[in-house]
This record gives sequence, structure tokens and C-alpha cells, in this order.
Amino acid sequence: MKAVPYVLIRKPSLKALGVGLIPFVAMCFSISWWDRVFPFIFGLPFSIFWIVAWILITPLFMAVAYRIETARIAAEARRKEGGAKHE
Amino acid sequence: MSNSTVALSVIFAIVLISSAVGMYAGARRKMNLEQWTVAGRGFGLVLVWLLMAGEVYTTFAFLGASGWAYSRGGPTLYIMAYLTLAYVVSFFFLPQLWEIGKKFGMQTQSDFFRQRYGSKNLAAFASLIGVVFIIPYLQLQLTGLGIIVEVSGFGGIGRITAMIIAFALVAAFVFVSGVRGVAWISVIKDLLMLFAVFFIGLALPYMYFGGVGEMFTALVNAKPTHLTLPGATKVMGHSWYISTVLLTSLGFYMWPHLFGATFTAKSGNTLRKNAVIMPLYTITMPLIFFVGFTAILVVPGLKNGDLALLTIVRQSYPPWFLGIIGAAGALTAMVPAAILILAAATLFAKNFYREMISPGLTDDQVAKLARALVIVITSIALYFAIYSSTTLVNLLLIGYAGVTQFLPGVTFGLYWGRVTKAGVFTGLVTGIAVVAYLGLSKQDPFMGINAGFFALCVNFVVTLIVSLMTPAEANRFEQDPVSADQAKGSVQS
Repeated sequence: MKAVPYVLIRKPSLKALGVGLIPFVAMCFSISWWDRVFPFIFGLPFSIFWIVAWILITPLFMAVAYRIETARIAAEARRKEGGAKHE
Repeated sequence: MSNSTVALSVIFAIVLISSAVGMYAGARRKMNLEQWTVAGRGFGLVLVWLLMAGEVYTTFAFLGASGWAYSRGGPTLYIMAYLTLAYVVSFFFLPQLWEIGKKFGMQTQSDFFRQRYGSKNLAAFASLIGVVFIIPYLQLQLTGLGIIVEVSGFGGIGRITAMIIAFALVAAFVFVSGVRGVAWISVIKDLLMLFAVFFIGLALPYMYFGGVGEMFTALVNAKPTHLTLPGATKVMGHSWYISTVLLTSLGFYMWPHLFGATFTAKSGNTLRKNAVIMPLYTITMPLIFFVGFTAILVVPGLKNGDLALLTIVRQSYPPWFLGIIGAAGALTAMVPAAILILAAATLFAKNFYREMISPGLTDDQVAKLARALVIVITSIALYFAIYSSTTLVNLLLIGYAGVTQFLPGVTFGLYWGRVTKAGVFTGLVTGIAVVAYLGLSKQDPFMGINAGFFALCVNFVVTLIVSLMTPAEANRFEQDPVSADQAKGSVQS
């Protein structure tokens, strides 16, 4: 992967934050929906299956957030170089 | 040879070999303050991953999580959720933190407060709070080590003797190797831990019930409410779960040692990538839970749930195998303990002692003082480990309630220009006071939510209001490092 140009301090984008919120909703806020034993799925009680599934799904969402952030950073760096000489 | 001799010999052999590897890695480089604390800022993705995994998967995960699964049931699910979500949180501020750390040459968490708010009192106070709440986490590791040696010794070695041995090993290890040695010993620790967890997590349910699904069926038949919240507790319901997951996932990187580990990375983007892959490491946690759940039906009636994992292993396998599992457990206690001691010693020497008491110290003298403090800090934790008896998970939650109070100062410091040092200081003091009051008066959970989370909310509100009421200050992160350095001598608070 090529190096990403970076300038101080860049707030994370709302889009990336929105993507990051999804695992929070799934594993944290929605507990009253999935805190149950039945049905068993793959031999696991439902709540444990749900959490394990989200451990595996979360990196996919974070990979999306990563692409959003790095694309934005690269675009901003290009704009900056186009406008003025570097530094 | 007796059972205990076999088990203990295996443990000591593995621990000694690993320590030798760590010391070798550390001893090859000349140790100055920068090398000792942030390894010269040269760690790539793999080493940062290993170092962070080494810090995260402590004896808390190994013995504490299985212990809570055994004794409390449902509420333990919070551990899998927060260990995953903490990395989600880290994605949104660690890369920025690294950039700032690089720009101003930061080594510790208090350096952040010092630089952002220009107040040595605030920085010194933050370092004291950091050291105070590292102690229960360190105590947790020593207690875990004590349990391991005790159970593996089949009762032949007392817990106090066991903890003193552990204490000596850990202190010697930190003393010699610094952060680089710790990262390399993490490699051995992680491999051993992965092996141990995958093996016993699947083999034990199979051995006693014929499979994981069968084990859960038997458990649900025997204890229908154990796996849902509040499980075997009365007070840990859904609002406790949500507030505890929020507290611990938001507070995760507020631990001074994890905050400091950020600065070992080679680039900010290393940390961003790290945040994407780290959640996968949590996949070992369900397997540890399986062991705790299996133990409920196989070795019922243990007074201390923290003993569950080792007791069932001791009952099910020959002593040499208990030795291997015990060694994996011992390393998962020693590596994080080493890192915690390192962080606490550096914080105290650099950000408290040098700032407040003896400003003339050079970096080399600070490094020497930090090494001497290793013994003092470890002794304090050893004292608490011997004289108090809280469960491992509770010790961790006490620490979290404290260190998470740094969150407003850190996030506002990075992202909100209007925050003032008076706001952060008042918020931090109020947050810690609320934690201490609710903790000491045994009101945790407070109205159904985690007391630390309640304190965090109060802290945020106070920081916000006081900042808006005090005059705006310049954001020192926007100054260039040279003038900021010059300002250091003259800025008073």
C-alpha cells in the first residue's frame, strides 16, 4: 500500500464516523433485541452467535471507513499541491 | 516427580526462555529515554500489532473472562463487545494523536496534556491519576500470576510466595529490556496463548459434552437464565451493559500505556490499518468463554471464579499440559505487567518528578530514576495483590472508571479549539471525585448504569461548561514545535 500524505489535525469525516457507528449499534445499543438464548445457531446461543458474527463483520466496516478516510486525505493533499508549492 | 514439580518446571522453563529472548532483544540497543519508552518510534504494522495485542490480552482475558463467564454468565458478553469496539473508536483518533505526538516529540500521555494545555500542573496531575489507576491493573496481573502458580503447584506453593516470585521476574525483565524487549516477548506469548485458547476452548466442551453446542444445551437446561443478562447477578442488566461497553471501549486507549504505545508506530496510517485488523484478535475470546461455561457444570461450586479455567484444565489433563497452559497464562500476566510498570515509572519520573520537584534533570537521569521506580511501583501493586481480594474483572473496571476520565481532555484537545485548561482540569477532578465517591460508598452500578460511565458524563458536561465560561486560549497544537519548546520554560499555570 502506498504512503498516505497527511496534514495536521484532520477531523475524521462524518461519513467514516457513520460507518463506525454501525458496529456500535449492533454490539452495544441493540442488546435488548439480541439478548436471548434461542434459537441456537451453529450450536451457539443466539446472543453469543450475534456477538461472534459481529467480531467478524466489524473489520469489513472498518475497511470501508479506511477507504473513505485515505481517499479523502489523498484528495486533499492533491488539492493542496495544486494550489500552492509544497510547504 | 510429583505432579506439582512437573507442572511448575514446565511453567518456569517457558517463562525463563521467553524472558531471555526479551532481554536479548532489549540488550542489543543502547537505551536512552526515547528507546526505552517508544523504541525510537520505529515499529511497523506487525510489531505494533504484536505490542498492542501483548498489552490487550492480559491475564484479565485469560483467567478473568473465563472466571466471570463461570460466576456471572450473561454480563460477561460485554468483554467481547468492548474489545471489538475499542478498535473502532481508536480508528477515529489514534492516527491524529500519532501525528501530534511526532510533531512535538511526545513519549507519554502527560506530554499530551502538557503540550496542548501548556500547564505543568495539569500534566503532573494527569500523570498521578494515570499511575494511581495503573496500580489496580498491575495488581490484577500479579494476582493472576499468583493464582497460576498456586493452582499449578497443586497447593504446594502459597499464593504469597508465588506472587513474590512473579514480582521478581517481572521487575527484572522490565529493568533490563524496555519496550522493545516487551514487543518481542509478546510474539512468544501470543503464539502460546493462541494455541492454549484454541485447544482448550474446543477440546474441553468436546471431552465432557461431545461438542460446543451440546455443552450449551446442557448449560441452558441446568441454568436457564445464566446466559442472558443479568445472569447470575442482580444488578447487571441492559443499561449496565450499554454503559459499561461505552465506558470501556471509549476509555480503552486512555490507559497511559496504550496511549503511549501509539507513539511507537512508524506512521499514523499504521495505526489506522491496525484499527481495521485488530478486532479479529477478539475471536479468541469466545473460546475462553467456552472454558468458563464448561467449568460451570464440570467443576461447580468454586468460591473464586478466577480459578475456574485452571481448575478444569488440572482435572482434565496431565500435569505437563497444565504447565503449558499455566505458562501461557503466566506470560499473559508478565508481558502486560512489564508494560504497565514501564508506563507508570516513566510517567512519574518524567511528568511528575521532573516537572514538579527537580526541573534540572536530564533525559538520562529521568531514565535512571524511572528504572529505580520500577521496583517501587511493583512493590505497591504486590502489597495490594497480597492484601485485597477483588475479582480480576472488578479490578479492571475500577481502573477503567479512573483512566476514562482523560477522554474529554484528549478528544476536546484534538478536535475542539475552544476547550480551556481550566475546563479540562475541573472536569477531570469532578470525574475522579464522582468515581471515588460512588466506588467507596458501593453505589456501582449507580441507578442501573456503570458508575464510571456516569462520572464520564458529568466530566464531559463540566469540561464543556467551564471551558465556555473561561476565556478562549490559543491551541498550542497549532504552534510550531520550536516556539512551543521555547515557551515551555516561561509558561506558568
